Amino acid sequence: MTKNHTEIILPNGLKILLKEIHTAPLISSWAWYRVGSKDEPTGRTGVSHWVEHMQFKGTEQFPAKVLDKAISRDGGQWNAFTYMDWTTYFETMPADKIDLALRLEADRMTASLFDEQEVASERTVIISEREGNENEPLFLLGEALQHAAFRVHPYHHEVIGDLADLQAMTRTDLYHHYRSYYVPDNAVLALAGDFETGAMLRRIRVLFEPIPAGEVPPRLARPEPEARGEHRLTVEGPGETTYLQAAYRAPAANDPDFFPLTVLDSLLAGPSNLNMFGGGGISNKTSRLYCALVDRELAVSAGASLISTLDPFLYSIVVTVHPQRKPDEALEALDAEIHRIRKERVSKEEIARAVKQARANFAYGSESITNQAFWLGHAEMFATYDWFLTYLDKLAKVTPAQVQEAAQKYLRPQNRVVGTYLPAGGAK
Amino acid sequence: MKNKVSENSSLHSLPGPEDITHVTLSNGITLLARSNFNSPSIVIGGHLPCGALFDPPEKLGLADFTALALMRGTQKRSFQKIYDDLESNAASLSIGGGTHTAGFTGRALAEDLPLLLDLLADILFHPVFPADEVERLRAQLLTGLAIRAQDTADMASLTFDQIVFEGHPYALPEDGWPETVQAITRDDLAAFHARQYGPSGMVLAIVGAVESKKAIEQAEKILGRWKNPQQPRPPELPPLQPLRKTTRRKTVIPGKAQSDIAIGSSGPLRKAPEYMSASLGNSALGQFGLGGRIGETVREKSGLAYFAYSSLNAGVGPGAWVVNAGVNPKNVEKTIDLVIKEIRHFAEKGIEANELADSQSNYIGRLPLSLESNAGVVNALLNIERYDLGLDYYQRYPGLVQAVTREAVLETARQYLDPEKLAIAVAGP
Repeated sequence: MTKNHTEIILPNGLKILLKEIHTAPLISSWAWYRVGSKDEPTGRTGVSHWVEHMQFKGTEQFPAKVLDKAISRDGGQWNAFTYMDWTTYFETMPADKIDLALRLEADRMTASLFDEQEVASERTVIISEREGNENEPLFLLGEALQHAAFRVHPYHHEVIGDLADLQAMTRTDLYHHYRSYYVPDNAVLALAGDFETGAMLRRIRVLFEPIPAGEVPPRLARPEPEARGEHRLTVEGPGETTYLQAAYRAPAANDPDFFPLTVLDSLLAGPSNLNMFGGGGISNKTSRLYCALVDRELAVSAGASLISTLDPFLYSIVVTVHPQRKPDEALEALDAEIHRIRKERVSKEEIARAVKQARANFAYGSESITNQAFWLGHAEMFATYDWFLTYLDKLAKVTPAQVQEAAQKYLRPQNRVVGTYLPAGGAK
Repeated sequence: MKNKVSENSSLHSLPGPEDITHVTLSNGITLLARSNFNSPSIVIGGHLPCGALFDPPEKLGLADFTALALMRGTQKRSFQKIYDDLESNAASLSIGGGTHTAGFTGRALAEDLPLLLDLLADILFHPVFPADEVERLRAQLLTGLAIRAQDTADMASLTFDQIVFEGHPYALPEDGWPETVQAITRDDLAAFHARQYGPSGMVLAIVGAVESKKAIEQAEKILGRWKNPQQPRPPELPPLQPLRKTTRRKTVIPGKAQSDIAIGSSGPLRKAPEYMSASLGNSALGQFGLGGRIGETVREKSGLAYFAYSSLNAGVGPGAWVVNAGVNPKNVEKTIDLVIKEIRHFAEKGIEANELADSQSNYIGRLPLSLESNAGVVNALLNIERYDLGLDYYQRYPGLVQAVTREAVLETARQYLDPEKLAIAVAGP
């Protein structure tokens, strides 16, 4: 990725990032807020995600039905996502129609209605969303693991929230959350695409500068104490398939250890795809875990995820156990591979291969303007855009010794939770 | 004036006869290519007429199993070697079976196009189906089927197909059943490959940072020598018997928190003249904005579901026109009633003028976004070929969309969606 972008902070604290890309007549606009499930105390779990839903329920200027129809009529793609550290809203539009997206985001930064009836109907929609998640064995297992891994830190609950809170929260809870965190000094606006920077900036100033700065509440700061031994748990549910998940405490994205661990992840479980939209998809069939688990018929799939988060989260390995095998056999083979990467240094060639894969994924991701705009703002939520621009350089500088140190520091049994999903229909 | 200029510049970026190369290789393979030097990568895609239509009933899943097994080893590359060649070069290639065709897709940095084509040729020409790899793959497929049996959305869809397409090959899942996948032998895979796979009917699209002339040269050199004189013609599809009355079936999956519902009927062929009217009507029914009328009724007004929408899946044969929603098991009846009411209203009255105008505007406006990436253009080129749309289809597209009238939408809705003859499938506890 080239460094041809513009950054500016408006007097009210709103950070703007702009990147001109003239390959297609499209512009992608992303409004980011530094609030997510990490900011939710017990009793209000799921409030950030529910607020995100309410942001589609209209303002005086853009009533609910007018809003979605206006974007769709212009051929735009739009959506929103809530995560542990952030909430974001995007619109990718034909270039000459982007003004609608800008007016909409400026308006709903302060003026969403949170109508009482809309709150009531959205409560059951979100409970339905949660029930859909609960149909998935890996959601149930992941939720149990996350809870076991974080006793103190608010990463302990799922973004969707707990059913008890979804049933109990009120319009006042939602609106208070909205008015506290949706202020320009807690937001980033990032646009990439077919525009001229000076003109775009002038338009953004007209729309966003009048919004007054707020008093952003401090973020919940409850660091998780050090782990004092391995946790093991089981989740039982319908089905015939057994899943095994091992989740290790991992560093935050801004920690220098994040990059050796990224290389380690690539060698163990295959290259991860950083592209949220389009691009990537390199398989992992030559990775160490695939060879040790799938080729040896202990599992039918193996993968892992290392997520770029603000606070230390989890490095999580997920294995679908072979129907003829027991989860302990798969865990034994997994542990043998962990032992190997802790004990033996990886080669420089292996690291070079992982870096080449990451470079290619960047090239694939550059095909999508939406993906480029996503990264412009996303990196600001846990570091700065520079984190993304220097990502490949930082990977390229990782040494075999650093990979081994990361393995020894993080991939310890004392630092993990191991969970097994046992199917009620065919438990082994 | 501003809009006019923008429209013109958008149209220039759409694929058309001036920048799509369409040729036939010496052995009959159809090749489409389009250059895009904005990113240093290339995407390939295509298909061969080797789908599940050829499967014997007791070995349902054979075509899919064969396609997946092609990448498990060739005369010159082991399974590990195939994937080492791909992954070391940050490339990807995959192939799988559908009802009519086996479809493949691949991606690489532009300089690795010859490698990608060489691998494609290798797995298509010289697969060896190693016995141990076949068994590994079988375990993976059986696990996939066990997961499918627990997936309420998959099972609602499968049950829907069994009702709508009863007595027709489309009623059968192309990935088979556990017992039919168990019955397939290694020799069955080798025999299916030897008989069905060949250049006749194969289509390949190449899009990305390569001159089309060079792409053709490389494809001819690598794929042009393939022959299989015994390749059979694909079987004719039998006629579809329409439903005589509303038919409802439930697949019970104990222990689940949510039920999935699929309600609808068969739909038009992709090549049918009324396809565009049906598609725009479907947009108003269950796509536009946050799920059209269905989303408005089921999600926004009633709060019954996180997702509720309709889709029109049109292909070579009769398509499916279906409404899907995921709801709490106690709300299944209420949701079905609401959906049928919307379908009835749609089939009797059609859509309003502003609804048609909204969807027309959406279809035209979203075109540049759908054609932004190499993968999007590959998909567009394959559609042009599969459905004889013409190389200028995407340039003519705004006119085709604008030509649809309310009357045409109503006529198509009446033709396909009879509220007294619907298929209703439910999967859940």
